Amino acid sequence: MSEFLQQLLNGLSLGAIYALIALGYTMVYGVLRFINFAHSDVFMVGAIIGYYTGHHLPPGTVGSGLVVLAAAMAGCALLGIVIERFAYRPLRNAPTLNVLITAIGVSLLLEYTFQNQHVFGAAPQLFPPVFPVKNFQLGGLSISSNQLIVIGVAALLMVALEFIVHRTKIGTAMRAVSLNPKAAQLVGVNIDVVISFTFGLGSALAGAGGILYALNYPSVEPLMGVVPGLKAFIAAILGGIGNIPGAALGGLILGTVETFVSGSQWSTYKDAIAFAILIVILLFRPAGILGKFTVEKV
Amino acid sequence: MLAVTDLHVSYGAIAALSGISFQVEQGSIVTLIGGNGAGKTTTLRTVSGLLRPKSGAISFLGEDITTLPAHQIVARGLCHVPEGRMIFSNLTVDENLAMGAYLQHDPVRIAANRDYVFSIFPRLRERLKQTAGTLSGGEQQMLAIGRALMGNPKFLMLDEPSLGIAPRLISTIFEKIVEINRVHGITILLVEQNANLALEISRHAYCLETGRIAMEGESKKLRHDPQLKATYLGG
Repeated sequence: MSEFLQQLLNGLSLGAIYALIALGYTMVYGVLRFINFAHSDVFMVGAIIGYYTGHHLPPGTVGSGLVVLAAAMAGCALLGIVIERFAYRPLRNAPTLNVLITAIGVSLLLEYTFQNQHVFGAAPQLFPPVFPVKNFQLGGLSISSNQLIVIGVAALLMVALEFIVHRTKIGTAMRAVSLNPKAAQLVGVNIDVVISFTFGLGSALAGAGGILYALNYPSVEPLMGVVPGLKAFIAAILGGIGNIPGAALGGLILGTVETFVSGSQWSTYKDAIAFAILIVILLFRPAGILGKFTVEKV
Repeated sequence: MLAVTDLHVSYGAIAALSGISFQVEQGSIVTLIGGNGAGKTTTLRTVSGLLRPKSGAISFLGEDITTLPAHQIVARGLCHVPEGRMIFSNLTVDENLAMGAYLQHDPVRIAANRDYVFSIFPRLRERLKQTAGTLSGGEQQMLAIGRALMGNPKFLMLDEPSLGIAPRLISTIFEKIVEINRVHGITILLVEQNANLALEISRHAYCLETGRIAMEGESKKLRHDPQLKATYLGG
């Protein structure tokens, strides 16, 4: 029993990170109907920003941790907005395939730029322990402070996102653009502003995800986003692409299942299992767990 | 109030509008009638900034708005109720109305506009928390008009408000359109396939045919025009 709970806890903290990244994929898909393949590299940049700011701050304090988190989120938000403005916006009326290929291009550009010796280099670097580290024993459970930070920060950010999307004017505008961009323009929504905001918001969450990931797997390198990014992408589709609660749910499911598989005798298949779940779910629910085919009245 | 001059619009190589010109006077109801594919919807979309003309000019209240983006045109008080209503189907009626007031910042004014919308369409108040996609066709049309009214329009463009609506609701909606014009002084440009109805409530009419204005005049007179009667009014 306690082993089950332990694995569940480990799984939820991994899943929370997938969820944060998946939210960015799903929000961008919601407003632009394309997959931003550079998103996983924004996640990586978040961790690298954390690496540099962390080295200039006293280690092991809550203050340093929060500053690192804020720096990564702000830096990534800016990066996301710049990517959209210069790579995707000129292609706004181009076929989706062109934008998709451009997204792969932006992804490679970020990866190779950071692999350059003068920028970061290809070698993995140790992420500084910015937050204080403690281990708690609770019953038979071993809980690390990092796990609590991951789950706490991710939950807080998701609540904040829920608030922004459902209770603010710009959030309602995001949903309106996602439902019908033309109608949104006709009530006076500036689509460019909403799209920039969406990229900023999604990228900030990826930046936070980068820091939280690096706290638990403290090795930072320019290709670190590839695998978590792919998993988060699957999580977004699993939950129903374009659906915000779906992305969060998909991330948690994927993280939990992956953790249980790695703790079992099939641990070598832990990465393949993500795809297996995806195939099974899509067979039965092609629009994802929470996704639905919208029917419009004519 | 609105002046369109020699407007050309094309979709790729296909010309949709080949040089149309028309005016709408302040305070009037003007209608564009014509068959399918005549270019009525294209005209409205170009005026509201959703489409860009190849050439020609559109001026609103003396200002050239030809190249303005759609959201800035709305800000000037020119609101478009699009064909097929385009309500935000996953949002509630309340949220749809709030989106209509997207550019309004005065809460007193917004509240007054809401009351005004509810006074015209009391049904919307009853459906406030309902998801807009679950409304009937007629209610969705009411919501689409209500949403546009939340934007404080001086000028309202309505695209086929009778389309896909129960016949008994059509007359209600047209009465309300007249009321919006008469009582509240909002100028209206109405696009309709139901030419009889459109000519009945409008002052002036333009008849579009394959991207050109084939006929224009006082609605009263056009209703008795033998050629127009034969083509659009069913003899």
